[in-house]
Amino acid sequence: MKELSEEELLAPGHRACPGCGEALAIRLALKAVGKDVIIAQATGCIEVVTTPYPETAWRVPWIHAAFENVAAVASGVEAALKVMGKHGIKPIAIAGDGGTADIGLQALSGAVERGHNFLYICTDNEAYMNTGIQRSSTTPYGAWTTTTPVGVVKKGKDRPKKDVPAIIAAHGAPYVATASVSYPTDYIEKVKKAMAIEGPTYVHVHCPCPPGWRFDSDKTIEVARLAVLSCAWILYEVEDGVSKVTFNPPKRRPVADYLKLQGRFRHLTDDEIAEIQRMVDERCRRFGIE
Amino acid sequence: MKQVLTGNEAAAIAVKLARAKVISAYPITPQTAIVEKLSEFVANGELEAEFVNVESEHSALSVCLGASATGVRTFTATSSQGLALMSEILYVVSGMRFPIVMTNVNRSLSAPLSIWCDQQDSISVRDSGWVQLYCENNQEILDSVIQAYRVAEEMLLPVMVCFDGYILSHTAEPVDVPNQKEVDGFLPPYKLPHLLDPNKPVTMGPVGVPEYYEEFKCMLQEAMLEARRKLAEVDRAFGKRFGRRYGLIERYRSDDADILLLTMGSLSGTAKELIDWYRKRGERVGLVRVRSFRPFPAKELVKTLGNAKAVAVLEKDISVGWTGALFADIAAAFINVRKKPLLMNFICGLGGRDVSPLQIREAIRAAARAAETGEVKKSVRWLGLREKLVGLKA
Repeated sequence: MKELSEEELLAPGHRACPGCGEALAIRLALKAVGKDVIIAQATGCIEVVTTPYPETAWRVPWIHAAFENVAAVASGVEAALKVMGKHGIKPIAIAGDGGTADIGLQALSGAVERGHNFLYICTDNEAYMNTGIQRSSTTPYGAWTTTTPVGVVKKGKDRPKKDVPAIIAAHGAPYVATASVSYPTDYIEKVKKAMAIEGPTYVHVHCPCPPGWRFDSDKTIEVARLAVLSCAWILYEVEDGVSKVTFNPPKRRPVADYLKLQGRFRHLTDDEIAEIQRMVDERCRRFGIE
Repeated sequence: MKQVLTGNEAAAIAVKLARAKVISAYPITPQTAIVEKLSEFVANGELEAEFVNVESEHSALSVCLGASATGVRTFTATSSQGLALMSEILYVVSGMRFPIVMTNVNRSLSAPLSIWCDQQDSISVRDSGWVQLYCENNQEILDSVIQAYRVAEEMLLPVMVCFDGYILSHTAEPVDVPNQKEVDGFLPPYKLPHLLDPNKPVTMGPVGVPEYYEEFKCMLQEAMLEARRKLAEVDRAFGKRFGRRYGLIERYRSDDADILLLTMGSLSGTAKELIDWYRKRGERVGLVRVRSFRPFPAKELVKTLGNAKAVAVLEKDISVGWTGALFADIAAAFINVRKKPLLMNFICGLGGRDVSPLQIREAIRAAARAAETGEVKKSVRWLGLREKLVGLKA
């Protein structure tokens, strides 16, 4: 962390909510990467809060075109750099969970399969926050959103979180990692590694959203950390097909500790929490975590 | 050098001559042969470019967008469903003013599924802020693609070169292919005022707040209107160098004509034969072909059509619930003009139905009757339709 740049390439003064996990993730990624980069950004909170014309928070070259095509735009940037002979610049595509796991999955899959030399960062806040907290395929099981409301018959999302890192790893990408804004050293190292490795690389960073997850804006890091400590979010990397857990919590915290900090899980009964704990335990077993 | 080329081959050779650096496309009939040919050029080292084989047309245009912003000349090609799928990005490209050139090989839209020609696909995206040129033959395809890059890059507007599926795309004709040196002399290297460059960071594609959005759109409109002058200027420069000119509209024996046909695309080739036949009989029938549909050359059209008694607009598209798109536009062009011809619309050739000289003659006869009586009984008619099948009286 000592050698981390003090230069802010994502300028302060942008309009993200206080405690925004996504803005933090991007700020840290740019510190890890430095100036020699080109960013392609999908539509979403970050695009909206950082570029209300004529203002911009970006001190690096940045392009936004649409919601579902950021991996294709980055592919075009990379193809142009290649044909221009500009080696040494690895473009980064950034999208939220909706732009990655749902509407942008096809373009992402295509770009990874084609083997473009680019890094894709998914800033996952587990719902469509820009449009006001609607369910995405990475919304976790049981979570309230405005389109998975807590009603009489249905209570929150009834499907588990889509495992996008596994999907990208299955493409044979040379490097795939998960990260959390609450473990910045781990995250920054992964971004640096992903930039150093030739080919399509992928970092999926867990980004709590205070208004969307229903917690106070000073609790972002605490919530993110409890996700990792309870293994609701596991930090790992897959390098050349070999999976390795990068942070093994010394004593796993009950998932209830993580859930109870957030209003989106407030409606859950003890039985439902036990069910989520069972799902977390099962996933831990697959990763060899006790 | 004269070569016998299909429309698709002519398009591919033009792109090679224009030295496109990033080409991205997805296969779709009847366009596919263009990108097959370009892949071959790249694979054989005849064209120094990156060919990006994408997973959809939406991504094809998105790749071109990213590459164009980074600093290279780009190309994509599509048809029909492919154009519909990329339509979201069409508006982004024109809004961000990237000079991307594509060929759209005109094919009808589903449903029912049809791989055959009409112009509904490109007509349906006429409001997307792309220059749209419609070609009559394969020579014009090659020449228009080369011209398109110069117009696009000088105006910062994307250009769609449209030509009819199968009728041109798969039909071989003699085409005069200029040599590389001649084209290099006509088409300077790619240049954009702002690029994605770490040495000079810029933000592209921001949020357009209400205080600014309208100005962006007005600037696009002004550029499109100005493109009429630019198209003419580039066409003149092209003519000087290569000896072929096309104009925004083409006039064929139209000067003294009482009855005029108005068409777009390959249909005019057939129609011209018929015009000659009428002229031999001493009848004053002529033809006008719209080459630039967007920007719409209203001034030229009003001037050219204004002296006719009746104009029959033949087109391979329909704005369902109203009229053909070209007819609506030409009617609008005459709105504040005192002296105007009677206008009739003939919808024809949808989904690849052959438009025969006999059918065109039917349109001319109807226009002649209207000219005689001074009255149009029915503004919109269908040519070659089997009325009984749809429960209409013939």
